[in-house]
Amino acid sequence: MKEYYHSVTLRKDKCRGCTNCIKRCPTEAIRVRDGKARIIAERCIDCGECIRVCPYHAKVAVTDPLSSIERFQYRIALPAPTLYGQFKEMADLNLILVALKKLGFDYVYEVARGADYVTAFVKEALKDPERKRPLISSACPAIVRLIQVRFPELIDNIVEVDSPMEIAAQLARTEFCEKFGVKPEDVGVFFITPCAAKMTSIRNPVGRKESSVDGAISIQEIYGPLYNRLSKVKDEEVVQMASPFGVGWANSGGACLALGIDSYLAVDGIQNVIRVLEEIEDEKLTDLEYFEGLACPGGCVGGPLVVENGFVAKNRIRKLAEKARGRPVPEDDLQGVVQRIQWRLSERILPKPVMKLDDDIVEAMKKMETIERIYETLPGLDCGSCGSPSCRTLAEDIVRGYASEMDCIFKLREKVKQLAQEMIELSEKIPGGNKEEKGRSEPS
Amino acid sequence: MKDGYYSIEQVFEIKAWDFASAGEASSQIKKILKQLGIDSTLARRVTIAAYEAEMNLIIHSIGGELKLKVTPQSIALTAEDKGPGIPDVDLAMQEGYSTAPEIARELGFGAGMGLPNIKRCADRLNIQSKVGEGTLLEMYFELKAG
Repeated sequence: MKEYYHSVTLRKDKCRGCTNCIKRCPTEAIRVRDGKARIIAERCIDCGECIRVCPYHAKVAVTDPLSSIERFQYRIALPAPTLYGQFKEMADLNLILVALKKLGFDYVYEVARGADYVTAFVKEALKDPERKRPLISSACPAIVRLIQVRFPELIDNIVEVDSPMEIAAQLARTEFCEKFGVKPEDVGVFFITPCAAKMTSIRNPVGRKESSVDGAISIQEIYGPLYNRLSKVKDEEVVQMASPFGVGWANSGGACLALGIDSYLAVDGIQNVIRVLEEIEDEKLTDLEYFEGLACPGGCVGGPLVVENGFVAKNRIRKLAEKARGRPVPEDDLQGVVQRIQWRLSERILPKPVMKLDDDIVEAMKKMETIERIYETLPGLDCGSCGSPSCRTLAEDIVRGYASEMDCIFKLREKVKQLAQEMIELSEKIPGGNKEEKGRSEPS
Repeated sequence: MKDGYYSIEQVFEIKAWDFASAGEASSQIKKILKQLGIDSTLARRVTIAAYEAEMNLIIHSIGGELKLKVTPQSIALTAEDKGPGIPDVDLAMQEGYSTAPEIARELGFGAGMGLPNIKRCADRLNIQSKVGEGTLLEMYFELKAG
C-alpha cells in the first residue's frame, strides 16, 4: 500500500461530479464515475491543482492536526519560507518564529536555512562538467513525481541534493539533541507546509528511504492560533538564521537567484513547467545550466494550503528578504554538515511509465489502433460529461476497460434516437397496433 | 496477421511556413511512442529527429508529409516533400551549413544543425533528392530485442 499513499484525497460527500478537476489534472489522473470523482492512485503526483480548482472543496490534502505534536516529548517546528508571507503588516521575520515556538514547540528551525545549504550543495554540483545539463531542482516534490510519470528521460538531470525540508529536519534534530542532551527518538519534527505533495513525500519519499520529518501541519491549520499569538509576543530571542536568499526560496526563481548563476530558467505553474520540460526533453534548451520548476503559481507561495493570496504573499516575501539583507548570517559550515546529515538523495528515482498502454508492444499497438478507431467516432468536444477529461482519454479508458462508449452523452443520445426509431418501426409491424390512427387517416 | 509483422502508421501533413503548428507532429509522435511503451531514450531520439524533419519541411519545402511507422522491431520516419529539392546533399549534411532564409533565422531556426542532428539520432538515414522534384528522407531506428 505504501507505494500509493497520497495526501490529496476526495471528500465524497462534497463532490458533485463536475468536470473542473478532471480537466485540470496534469497527469489525467481523475475520472468521474457514478457521479463522483475518482483519483487514479498510480497517476496522481499530489500537485494539488484539483484542490485549487474544486468549487465545492471536495478535494483536500490530508495533513496532521496541530495537536498531533503532543505525541512527542520534544517538538521542533520547521516553517516553510512561505509562512513569512502570510501576515499583513508583519515586518519582522523573527517575531513570526518566536510566536510559532509559543504554540507548543521547543525549537524552531527554518526550512529557509536548509535552503541555504541546498544552495551551497547545488553550487558544488554545478562545478561538475560531467553532469547532465540542465540540472533540475529536486525541491518541488510534485515536479519530481511529474518527471517520474511523464519525463522519465529527465530523471538523471534531477540534482541529487535533497530538499531544504529534509536537510533542515536533520540539522534541526541533531542541533537540538546536541544542545539539550536528549535522545533523537524523543524529538518530533514537524513541517509547517503550504504544500500537499510535501506531506506525501514525508510518508512516501522519493529519493530516500525514510523522511526525517515526523509530520506536516498545514499553514491553514496553524494560521489562526499563530495570528493570535503574533500581537502578544516580544522579540525575546533570535530564532531567525536563514539568509535573505533562503527566505526568497518561497518565490519562483528564488532558488536560482540564490545560486548566483546566469544561465538558469525558473518556471512556475505545473502546465508551464510541463511545456518547458518537453523542450528540455527534446534537447531544445542545450545551453541551460539549471532549471527550477515549481508546480504552484508564483512558487510555494501559491501552494494549495496557504491562507494569503499567492501574489500578495510573493511581494511580501520579496520585501522581507530585501529588508533582511545586510543582517549577519551564520557561515554555511558545509564540511560539518556533510558529516552530520545525509544530504544526498540515496535512493534511485525510478520511472513510473503509467501512460503506456501495455507492456507488450504488439498489444500496445493493437490498443492504440482501437483507440484511434473509437476516437474517430466521438464528437471531439472534450466536454468531460462522460467523466474522462477529453474524447481521447475516453477512447483510452474504453480500451483499458474502465469506460464504455455509452458514457458519451452524444453517443447515448444517438443510441436512444435509434432505439426509439426501432420501437416505432416495430409498433407499426404489430397487427392492429395502430388501428385507430389508420382508421382516421383513411378517409382523406 | 502474424504479430511479428504488425505495424501502425500515422501520417502528418506539414504545410510550408506554418510556424503556428510547428512541432505539433513531433510532439504527437512523442506521445504515441510513450504510449506504446518505447524505451524513453529511443523515444527521445526519434522525437528529436522527427522535430528536425518537421521543421525542415516547414522552412525549406513547399509542403509535404511526415510519416511514422512502428513495428515490433523498428521505427521508421519518412519525410517526403514535393520540392524544391536539395542541390548538394553532402553540403547540406555539414554542420552549420544552412540555406534558411533570414526570416527563419530571425525565429531562431536555420543553424544548419537539422540534418546533422537527424543523422546523430537515427540508426540509419537515407536521403534522395532531386532539384525541381522533391526530397525523400528516410530515418530508421532499431528497437532493442526484448
